[in-house]
Amino acid sequence: MTYTVSMSVNGKAVKGEVEGRTLLVQFIRENLRLTGTHVGCDTSQCGACVVHVNGTSVKSCTLLAVQAEGADITTIEGLAKGDELHPMQAAFRENHGLQCGYCTPGMVMSAIDLVKENPNPTEREVREWLEGNLCRCTGYHNIVKSIEAGAKAMRGG
Amino acid sequence: MTATGIGASVKRVEDFRFLTGRGRYTDDIERPNQTYAWILRSPHAHALITSIDTKKAAAAPGVVAVFTGADLEAAGVGGLPCGWQVHSKDGAPMAEPPHPPLAQGKVRHVGDQVAVVVAETREQARDAAELIDVGYEALPPVLDMESALAGKSLVHDGAARNLCYDWHIGDKDAADAAFAKAAHVTAIDIVNNRLIPNAMEPRAAIGDYDTATGEYTLYTTSQNPHVIRLLMGAFVLHIPEHKLRVVAPDVGGGFGSKIYHYAEEAIVTWAAGKLRRPVKWTAERSESFVSDCHGRDHVTRAELAMDKDGRFLGLKVSTKANMGAYLSTFAPCVPTYLYATLLAGVYTTPQIYCQVQAIFTNTVPVDAYRGAGRPEATYLLERLVDRAARETGLDQVDIRRRNFIPNDAFPYQTPVALQYDSGDYGATLDQAMGAALVDGFAKRKAEAGKRGKRRGLGYSTYIEACGIAPSAVVGSLGARAGLFESAEVRVHPTGSVTVFTGSHSHGQGHETTFAQLVSGALGIPMENVDIVHGDTGKIAYGMGTYGSRSLAVGGEAIMRALGRITDKAKKIAAHILEASESDIELKDGQFRVAGTDRALGFAEVALAAYVPHKFPHETLEPGLDETAFYDPANFTFPGGCHICEVEIDPETGEVEVVAFTAVDDVGRVINPMIVEGQVHGGVVQGIGQALLESCIYDEDGQLLTGSCMDYTMPRAANVPNFSVGTHTTLCRHNSLGVKGCGEVGAIGSPPAVINAIVDALWDVGVRDISMPATSQKVWQAIQSARAPMAAE
Ligand code: FES
Ligand code: FES
Repeated sequence: MTYTVSMSVNGKAVKGEVEGRTLLVQFIRENLRLTGTHVGCDTSQCGACVVHVNGTSVKSCTLLAVQAEGADITTIEGLAKGDELHPMQAAFRENHGLQCGYCTPGMVMSAIDLVKENPNPTEREVREWLEGNLCRCTGYHNIVKSIEAGAKAMRGG
Repeated sequence: MTATGIGASVKRVEDFRFLTGRGRYTDDIERPNQTYAWILRSPHAHALITSIDTKKAAAAPGVVAVFTGADLEAAGVGGLPCGWQVHSKDGAPMAEPPHPPLAQGKVRHVGDQVAVVVAETREQARDAAELIDVGYEALPPVLDMESALAGKSLVHDGAARNLCYDWHIGDKDAADAAFAKAAHVTAIDIVNNRLIPNAMEPRAAIGDYDTATGEYTLYTTSQNPHVIRLLMGAFVLHIPEHKLRVVAPDVGGGFGSKIYHYAEEAIVTWAAGKLRRPVKWTAERSESFVSDCHGRDHVTRAELAMDKDGRFLGLKVSTKANMGAYLSTFAPCVPTYLYATLLAGVYTTPQIYCQVQAIFTNTVPVDAYRGAGRPEATYLLERLVDRAARETGLDQVDIRRRNFIPNDAFPYQTPVALQYDSGDYGATLDQAMGAALVDGFAKRKAEAGKRGKRRGLGYSTYIEACGIAPSAVVGSLGARAGLFESAEVRVHPTGSVTVFTGSHSHGQGHETTFAQLVSGALGIPMENVDIVHGDTGKIAYGMGTYGSRSLAVGGEAIMRALGRITDKAKKIAAHILEASESDIELKDGQFRVAGTDRALGFAEVALAAYVPHKFPHETLEPGLDETAFYDPANFTFPGGCHICEVEIDPETGEVEVVAFTAVDDVGRVINPMIVEGQVHGGVVQGIGQALLESCIYDEDGQLLTGSCMDYTMPRAANVPNFSVGTHTTLCRHNSLGVKGCGEVGAIGSPPAVINAIVDALWDVGVRDISMPATSQKVWQAIQSARAPMAAE
C-alpha cells in the first residue's frame, strides 16, 4: 500500500508516493534525489542523516516519510545561498572540520541547531551536543573548532 | 613558500562539494533501469548447506533473479584471490583455501554470502530473500585460536590444524644466545584486540553492462579501483581490462577496509552482465559489521633481554594471528612483513626473533586496518619497554633514550630486514615532552590525588614503515602485485592542468595536496589545476591508497611527471626565445632567459606545444602531456613520540584522557592543516582501540558487537583536544623528502594510553590492563589489586 506525502523541502513544495515503511531519509535521497543527506547506520546512532524538521535537527532515519507530512524540511542542500556558504559551512571549510565528508552534512545540520539553542557554546557543550553524531575521520578536534567558529560567525562575528 | 605551494595550509578544494551536499558517493549514483541486490547471509558461524530452495523467492513481487553459489560455479566465476603468498618456516606455501563469492556447500562465518536476490526495488529484494529456504547442518564453530590449532573442527578441509602458515623471521640461535647473557628478562602476554573498521560510508557497489560495447562498469567504494579491476577481471570474472572499468567516486573513509576485493563487487558486476541491467547493492551497517574485513586480533608472548644497564640485547616474540574464515586480499602480509619487520622499533636491539602462526577461525576475515601490523608491533614493544623500565627501576624516558638508534647510525639496518633511512628519535621525544608539560606532571598528579583521582602519564616512541616498496623486494616476499604508482600530468593548450593519479582520496585531501605540488612546481595558481582519481577509464594505472603511501609514492610519481613537463617546456621556451635551453629558468610561472627580461608565460608555452607553429619539431613532438611510473627504492619510516595523560576515577574505573600530545616525524609537510587532521583522526582511532572498541563473538560464533549500539566507537565527548606537532627529518630516497602521515596516529597512540593507565594504577598494584580498558575492566583491576593488599 502506498501513501502520498507532501511537504516543503528547502523551501519548495514536494510530493511523492511512498510505502508506509519508507523512512524520511529514503524519501529525501531516493524520491527527491537529494543525496547530501547520508545513511551511515541502521540503529539511529551515527547522525549522518540529520536534517531540520520544522527548524529542529532530527535524524531523518528515525522518522517515517508519512510522519513528515506537511513538515518544513531543510537539508544540507538548502543551506548555502547560491555559492555563498552558510557561516557554519564556511567555518567547517576554514577549520578543516571534514575529511571524507560523509558525516559532514549531519554534523553541520546538528551544529546549526546547537547554535540556535545555545549561541555561545563551550567546547564541552559542543562535544556533549555531538553525542548523536559519529565521525570516523577527524577525531572531532577540528569539528569542535569549526562549530565554535561557526557559532561565532552566526552570532555576527 | 608561496600561498599555495609546499608548506602552506591551503584550505581544501574538495570541501565545497562535501559541505553543500554535492559529494558523489557510490550510493548516490543511479543508473537508468537499475535493479537492486540483496545478499542473503549465513546466520551460522559454521555449517554445511544441505539445500537451497529459491523458488518462492524467485516468484515474489518485483524479483528479477535469484542466484546461488551453484549459478556462479556453473558460469565459471572464480574465487576471490589473495594478493600475498607467505611461506612457512619449512618452506611450504601457506594454506590458501578457495573463497567463493557465494558459498559452495558450506558457510564459514556469520555473514558469509549465501545467495543474492535481484529485484526492482531494494525492499522487494530484501523481502524476497526472506523466502529463500536454506537447509543448514550446523558444525562446531572454530573461534578461539588456541583451540583452533587442536584441529578438532576444520574451517577448511585443506588447512590442517586450521593453520594458514607458521612463519618466522630473525636468527633464533642468536636471540637465544643474547638471552643467555641477559641480566634481566621482561616478559609479557599481549592481546591486540580485534577491531571493526566502520568507515562511516557503508560499502556499496553498482554493476553496469553496456550492451552496445560489451563493456562492464563497476562503481564501488574502493581505495584502489585498478587493483579491483585486476583482481576481479583476471581471477574472478575473466573480463579483460579493456572491457572492464572500475570507478571509485567519492568514498566516505576506508582505513584499509575498502582496499580488498569483496564478493559483492563481483556479484553485481556478473549479475549486471547476465541480466543486462544495472545492479546496485548497498550495505546496511549491520551487514558492514559481518562482511567488512576486521582488523588486528593478535595474541602474543614477548620477552625482552637486557644487560645490567638496561640496554636491550634481544627480543623474542611469538604471535598467533587470526585470519578469520577466508584469506582476504592482503591478510597474509599483515602479521608478517608489516608486523614482525617493525619489531626493532626505534631501538638498537641487536637480536630479534619472531614467529607467527596465522590461523583460520569461523569469524569475518581479518585484514589491514589503519596501521596494519605496525600498531600491533608498536603496542607490544612499547608495553614491553614500559614494563621493563618498571621492573628494572629505570625511568620511562631513560630506558628509551638509552636504546634509541642514534642519529649518526642512519641508514640503520635492523635485524628484521628493514633499513631505516632517517629519523631523530631523541628530538621528537624532547619536543613531545615539552609540549606535554611533563615537568608539571607531578604537581598535576598531586592535585588530582586530592580530588580522589589518579593521574598517569604514558609514553610511546614508535616507528612505522610506509609506502611499502620496492616492487622487486615485495615480490620476493610474496606480494603478487607491484607497489609503484603512476601519474599523468596533462597540460592543456591554454595552460590549465589536469593530473591523473593512481592514488585514491577518501578523506585525505589529495585534490588539495597534489594541486599544491603542481602549483609549486609550475608556478601556476591552484585554481588552474584539477586532480582526477578513482576511475580506471581515465587513469593509466594505479595501486591506490593505503599504508600512508599516497604522497610518498603517488606524490613522487606526480613530481616525476612534472619534471618531464618542465624539461620539455623549457626546450620549447628556449626555441621560441632563441636562447640556450640551459639558460631558461622557470619561476613564478614564467620561463625566463636567465638574467634578462625575455620571458614566456606558462600558458604561452603550453599553447606553443599544441599550436606548434614555432616549435622545435626536429627534436620534440607536439603536446605537453607526461606520464611517470614511480617505484620507490625503499619504504619510508615516519616515527615519533606520543604522550598521553589520563585521569582515573578509582571508584568507577572511568578513564579520562585529559591530554594527548603527538610529535611526529612525517618527513616534509606539504599541507600542515591536512597532516594535523590525519594525526587527530588516527589518534582517536587509537584511543578507540585502547579504551572502547572490541569485537566480541559469543561461543556460537555470533557477533555480539554487531551494530553501532554495541560496538563502541569514540564520540566527541570521549576525547580531548590534542596537541599535535611535527619534527622533520627528510626521507632520503624521494625528492620531496616526504614519509607519510595517515597511520601515525593509530600506531603511536594505543600504547601511550595503556601505559598511562598502568602508570596511574601501578601504586595501587595494577600491573597490566588489556585493551579496551573499559571502566568495568579498570574498576575490576583496581578491586583485584586491592583485595590481596587488604588481606595482608
Ligand atoms: S543513518 Fe540516521 S543515525 Fe545513522
Ligand atoms: S569526515 Fe569522514 S566520517 Fe567525518
